[in-house]
Amino acid sequence: MPAPIRLRELIRTIRTARTQAEEREMIQKECAAIRSSFREEDNTYRCRNVAKLLYMHMLGYPAHFGQLECLKLIASQKFTDKRIGYLGAMLLLDERQDVHLLMTNCIKNDLNHSTQYVQGLALCTLGCMGSSEMCRDLAGEVEKLLKTSNSYLRKKAALCAVHVIRKVPELMEMFLPATKNLLNEKNHGVLHTSVVLLTEMCERSPDMLAHFRKVRQLSSSQLVPQLVRILKNLIMSGYSPEHDVSGISDPFLQVRILRLLRILGRNDDDSSEAMNDILAQVATNTETSKNVGNAILYETVLTIMDIKSESGLRVLAINILGRFLLNNDKNIRYVALTSLLKTVQTDHNAVQRHRSTIVDCLKDLDVSIKRRAMELSFALVNGNNVRGMMKELLYFLDSCEPEFKADCASGIFLAAEKYAPSKRWHIDTIMRVLTTAGSYVRDDAVPNLIQLITNSVEMHAYTVQRLYKAILGDYSQQPLVQVASWCIGEYGDLLVSGQCEEEEPIQVTEDEVLDILESVLISNMSASVTRGYALTAIMKLSTRFTCTVNRIKKVVSIYGSSIDVELQQRAVEYNALFKKYDHMRPALLERMPVMEKITTNGPTEIVQTNGETEPAVLETKPPPSGLQPASQANDLLDLLGGSDITPVIPTAPTSKPSSAGGELLDLLGDLNLTGSPVSAPAPQIAQPPFLLDGLSSQPLFNDIAAGIPSITAYNKNGLKIDFTFERSNTNPSVTVITIQASNSTELDMTDFVFQAAVPKTFQLQLLSPSSSVIPAFNSGTITQVIKVLNPQKQQLRMRIKLTYNHKGSAMQDLAEVNNFPPQSWQ
Amino acid sequence: MIKFFLMVNKQGQTRLSRYYEHVEINKRTMLEAEVIKKCLSRSKDQCSFIEYKDFKLVYRQYAALFVVVGINETENEMAVYELIHNFVEVLDKYFSRVSELDVSFSVSEFHL
Repeated sequence: MPAPIRLRELIRTIRTARTQAEEREMIQKECAAIRSSFREEDNTYRCRNVAKLLYMHMLGYPAHFGQLECLKLIASQKFTDKRIGYLGAMLLLDERQDVHLLMTNCIKNDLNHSTQYVQGLALCTLGCMGSSEMCRDLAGEVEKLLKTSNSYLRKKAALCAVHVIRKVPELMEMFLPATKNLLNEKNHGVLHTSVVLLTEMCERSPDMLAHFRKVRQLSSSQLVPQLVRILKNLIMSGYSPEHDVSGISDPFLQVRILRLLRILGRNDDDSSEAMNDILAQVATNTETSKNVGNAILYETVLTIMDIKSESGLRVLAINILGRFLLNNDKNIRYVALTSLLKTVQTDHNAVQRHRSTIVDCLKDLDVSIKRRAMELSFALVNGNNVRGMMKELLYFLDSCEPEFKADCASGIFLAAEKYAPSKRWHIDTIMRVLTTAGSYVRDDAVPNLIQLITNSVEMHAYTVQRLYKAILGDYSQQPLVQVASWCIGEYGDLLVSGQCEEEEPIQVTEDEVLDILESVLISNMSASVTRGYALTAIMKLSTRFTCTVNRIKKVVSIYGSSIDVELQQRAVEYNALFKKYDHMRPALLERMPVMEKITTNGPTEIVQTNGETEPAVLETKPPPSGLQPASQANDLLDLLGGSDITPVIPTAPTSKPSSAGGELLDLLGDLNLTGSPVSAPAPQIAQPPFLLDGLSSQPLFNDIAAGIPSITAYNKNGLKIDFTFERSNTNPSVTVITIQASNSTELDMTDFVFQAAVPKTFQLQLLSPSSSVIPAFNSGTITQVIKVLNPQKQQLRMRIKLTYNHKGSAMQDLAEVNNFPPQSWQ
Repeated sequence: MIKFFLMVNKQGQTRLSRYYEHVEINKRTMLEAEVIKKCLSRSKDQCSFIEYKDFKLVYRQYAALFVVVGINETENEMAVYELIHNFVEVLDKYFSRVSELDVSFSVSEFHL
């Protein structure tokens, strides 16, 4: 078998491939050659083959068959073999393959090797891909190496320790004693890696953090002063060629130390105090002409913001950020905006000073900067600057990319709601948002806007006029059209009458209004919901407009056969309204009352969802505005008391048989509305016959039986006792009798006691009476409930005994009641 | 924390890739293609930090080669930016006037 080609040859050949397919072909050929070479167990060329395999792996081709070969390479004695072997292990193997455990022994031996480079390789590999089992086994070795004097090894050992800690946090204590001396090194490599190790320890475990912070006896072993000292040396020392990066000494180490200081100083006064000076020094002395300096300053600012620094230092930090913002370099501006966003909560006033610069950043070309500037602008809006900011933000909304529009629109709504200086301005702003970014607004914007409009009573004419003008030109933006059609439906009369104080009134005829609404209905661009809004609006206009009622009737009847079920239902119901219930129409379609203000704290409150869904619900059914004041649905019984219900309810009782008298009507009314506030009005209108029939023939609710006549059980000496009956459908053998005792004499009857006895086949339960005094002149009654269990359905008979005091004397009477109606016991 | 380190040329060919977290091999090519597409579409005036999925990309262009580093939020972006430059300078010193060819041919040396 000829010697396998070198890596360079392979790369050269692959580069000559002109298409993806050619490349794949070459690679497959080479893979086959490599595989056969592996099978031959050829030691000399293994290293070359694995190198090629790694290259192909990097290009994205599978190379797992080389894993075992890597292990063999690691086990060999040659350095070049080991090198490629470890590299292959790092790239190809990870915890998921079982093969990696075989490496543990090799690594262990290599960690104790005489050559530091081999040790270094082993440490690197362990630090890169060691699994938790491997780490546990080898942690001791790593710790030993952490203490050697060889700085090359020490720094690698420190990084390996970082990885071990990440994998197996319990081993952290093991490395603690070794860290004591780490910072005494001169070698920057070791310093850097030890700072990383300390950072990792502090981030992982708050105990460690406390340990490092606390004061120890020897001041030289305190962590914070040590770090401060190192940092100072770095800044103050002159030019050192080893560590110089564009004029600054080892900026990477500086940044690391600053980060560790940040972690140590967070929420800790003592440490923060110790750091104040050095932070100020770094902030003022660092050169800002190059990017390096800016990187250090950025880290410094972040640290100052996070620890408990004094206010002078904070102002310094914000000024630095302000300077960043004015810089021409985009990177710096981006970084400044990000950090300002973090600090705007705490140092609001200081950030306000830079508001104009931030607003300018909105116009930047760069997407990342624009996003940051937008978020920051929303955070900065307050009562004073809301008008100016809003103008800028609206302009931004016009010109920004679609991915921003939704966020921007919601942000504008929130800000406008919180800080609107006047209602007109608020409405204007929302309208502007709807016209520019209408299709990106969130769904709850429409009900919110509607609620806002109804609240500002004086602005109705102005609002409807503007909305009308807006959709005249373009009715493709759904939320806008929805709001506009709702408003036109409600306030169409204001629009036509041309009375508007705020703006120049426009002359609109009823026909034109109907034209617009019809075109919305017909248009292909309208969503189903929008069409629903439009149809309802047209219907409402039938009461507001005077000369176009016929046209409206025609439109409504057309949609009675529409394919869209929602529209069809509405149209049919409206038709019915025109035909049978024309007398109810004005009352039903009158103006909506003012909706109560709802908080926007999320939709979980029941009150709010009721309020929120009220407008939505009202749109889906013909809005019986009288029946449903759109406030909280809690006070339903108050609803009953409201005068608006008169259109519907009175028709019901008139056709109801005078069955159980007054209470039944109340019960029915209460239950009617508490049961289902939404569906109740609808059936009353769309299928009124059923409801009214139901009241007479079918028992609507289980526990009420309309139709059992009441009887007078006793009538003597001015005392009259009536029995009223209820049968329970759930338990047919139970009859509930309510007795009512009334007194027609001139004097009250006191200490009234009612007793009853029934035949043995019945069971009787007497509940407590409402009182024991029957007032005179029939001005009041005593009620008491009797429950009779009649399992054998025999005819009810009862003997009653009455005792009371009347005219100063005790009276007593016995009577038998036989005239129970058959329905009460059958 | 640095998630990955890539050197990709303008045609989308990966010259060097080092992942510090496990990513499936087929996802890697997809990731690299997406990343390079984002970087290529940027103009010179735009800033070097892009937000991509849940981490940030810091990229820097050297002639026809893009060096892209993926970092998470805890890392200082500007420091990483500097790191990239430092790395390129080191390569320059090692190979004396490094070019893309050197990157392609000396992969193993790069890794170590």
